[in-house]
Amino acid sequence: MADILDKRLVFVTGKGGVGKTTVAAALGLVAARAGKRTIVCEVAHQERMSRVFRREGVGFSETRLATDLYAISIDPQQSMEEYLRQQVKPSALYGVLFDNRLFQYFSAATPGLRELATMGKVWELAQFERRDPEAAPYDFVIVDSPSTGHGLGFLRTPRTFRDAARVGPISRQAGKIDAFITDSGSTGVVAVALPEEMPVNETVDFERELHDEMGMELDTVVVNALYPERFDPEEAERIEQAAAANGSPGVEAALFEHRRARTQRAELARLTEELGHDPLTLPFLFEPELDLNSFEELSTELEARL
Amino acid sequence: MSVAQLIDRKEIVICAGAGGVGKTTTAAAIALGMASRGLKVVVLTIDPAKRLANSLGLPELANEEHRVEIEGDGELWAMHLDPKRTFDELIEKHASDERTRDAVLSNRIYQELSNAVAGSQEYMAMEKLYELYQEERYDLLVLDTPPTRNALDFLDAPERLSRFVDSRSLQLFMRPGRLGLKVFGRGTGMLFSGLQRVTGVDLLQDLSEFFASFGDMAEGFRERAASTGQLLADSRTTFLLVTSPRRAAIDEAIFFHRKLRERGLPFGGAVVNRMSPLAVGGEPVDEAELEQLLGERLGPRVAGNLADYRAIATRDGENVERLARELSEGAPPILVPHLEDDVHDLSGLLQMNEYLFAAEAVSSHR
Repeated sequence: MADILDKRLVFVTGKGGVGKTTVAAALGLVAARAGKRTIVCEVAHQERMSRVFRREGVGFSETRLATDLYAISIDPQQSMEEYLRQQVKPSALYGVLFDNRLFQYFSAATPGLRELATMGKVWELAQFERRDPEAAPYDFVIVDSPSTGHGLGFLRTPRTFRDAARVGPISRQAGKIDAFITDSGSTGVVAVALPEEMPVNETVDFERELHDEMGMELDTVVVNALYPERFDPEEAERIEQAAAANGSPGVEAALFEHRRARTQRAELARLTEELGHDPLTLPFLFEPELDLNSFEELSTELEARL
Repeated sequence: MSVAQLIDRKEIVICAGAGGVGKTTTAAAIALGMASRGLKVVVLTIDPAKRLANSLGLPELANEEHRVEIEGDGELWAMHLDPKRTFDELIEKHASDERTRDAVLSNRIYQELSNAVAGSQEYMAMEKLYELYQEERYDLLVLDTPPTRNALDFLDAPERLSRFVDSRSLQLFMRPGRLGLKVFGRGTGMLFSGLQRVTGVDLLQDLSEFFASFGDMAEGFRERAASTGQLLADSRTTFLLVTSPRRAAIDEAIFFHRKLRERGLPFGGAVVNRMSPLAVGGEPVDEAELEQLLGERLGPRVAGNLADYRAIATRDGENVERLARELSEGAPPILVPHLEDDVHDLSGLLQMNEYLFAAEAVSSHR
């Protein structure tokens, strides 16, 4: 599994609230420490990761967060403009296109065009030869993807356009992107889950859909926020006896902890069986909110397990 | 406070909030709770990950209502919405004739994209909600909103649908050589050749057909979207915010609440799931006592565990306080603790309902 770091492009996917951003940030730190010039792409305009590093968003520009670690918030409209500016020559024609009200309508109304533009920018960032010849290439591009459900739709977008357009520049471009993201030599997919019933089910579904619909495989599954097993069964029994006699908050919390950890271990085992291999795990951090230190801590954990 | 009070006499309840906060489960639990109070209730979800099916212990839900067996006089129905099929039905309804209908349904742009596109799910959730409401077969409709990147996508759906079909003007310039081009003047010929260079002729033709057919249906769609928008603002509708106590989820709930207010949409209250199981504050940890009770190896670890949990409980409490201040004029948030087992069946939903339908608020400062 160490070869996830040998990809050029990695999509971090999963349902909402499982910690995709956290895993994307931790993976970014791991890659940057390994000396790879790395960029994390945020796509939902939330810029959660870059705000932790910088206290403010980075917008649609490649911004340095730390040594060898960059971030960008991909805006579909700006991506589309950037692409067209290069495609449409002479540039006077570009002006005609973009200033035209009808073109604005067209681009807003065409289903899927925003997703395609976002994917196009992701692809561009992962190329050795950048659209802007001055721009330095990246060794490793991480995408903090939209939630599963929408996630496969996002990965499918280039193929959809390739097939819908059949011939012409959009079909060609979309085909190029599709070929790149479905090539396991260049692109990897990381699924993030929680050790809970529904996220486990969705991860298993996602793995199947990815295989059936895209011919792609999950490279790595990361189970996030796993509670520590602080107490062994014998200790748990003593805690339960104590709880029966004396319901102090300490005993109550220990009991909750033990049961939660046990439920989580059962879900983890189920996921392992469904996948046919052990997923990576990251611990639940008892921190009020995840900050830069948490990202560092989790990246160390991730590095040890990759 | 009980959810039953928050949604008293409402006919539509819309559960909104960030992803991963238990929105689907909450919607299902509320539907079950109201059904067991004697109402005929349907819960609608559009989530492609089939979470509601999980919540109800059902293997699969099709694009039609499915009755869930429960005790009592009420009825609980559940529906997993298939956006693509709903979209097809809508086209069939609005197409002026068979030719238009077939032109859209067989158009490759429509086929490829009507399902995959972010946004179409939101349109279709609203559409189905409106349709079921019109049919008046239920006392209460509970809608679990799709996992949008931004909660506003959902509120904007009817308006965006309107705008989408309003691009009827597109068909004019999409048919070069016809009357349309003249309307838009000299730049348009150049525009078209630019577009063609970017998209390729085939795609442009498909798009042209697609927009042309859609244009013919514009009026029907526009009216429908307007009615759906009105339904959202109606006093028989209410929005419930569902959130977890984590900062990001609370931020989104607060943001959404402000948007509801700005738009004059009816807000019912907030549900905070996954609260830390411990009361905030409490006695300082008595390590000596725990050591006496559990021995010198186990005692300190139990104490350490408690300290960790208290840190989380404090954080949860602060975040909920922040939400409560935001909702100052409304009811305080209803708190549901982090349940030991994941909720995935009726008994789990019933357990949740002990909190959702508790007679009094479970305060964060018990």
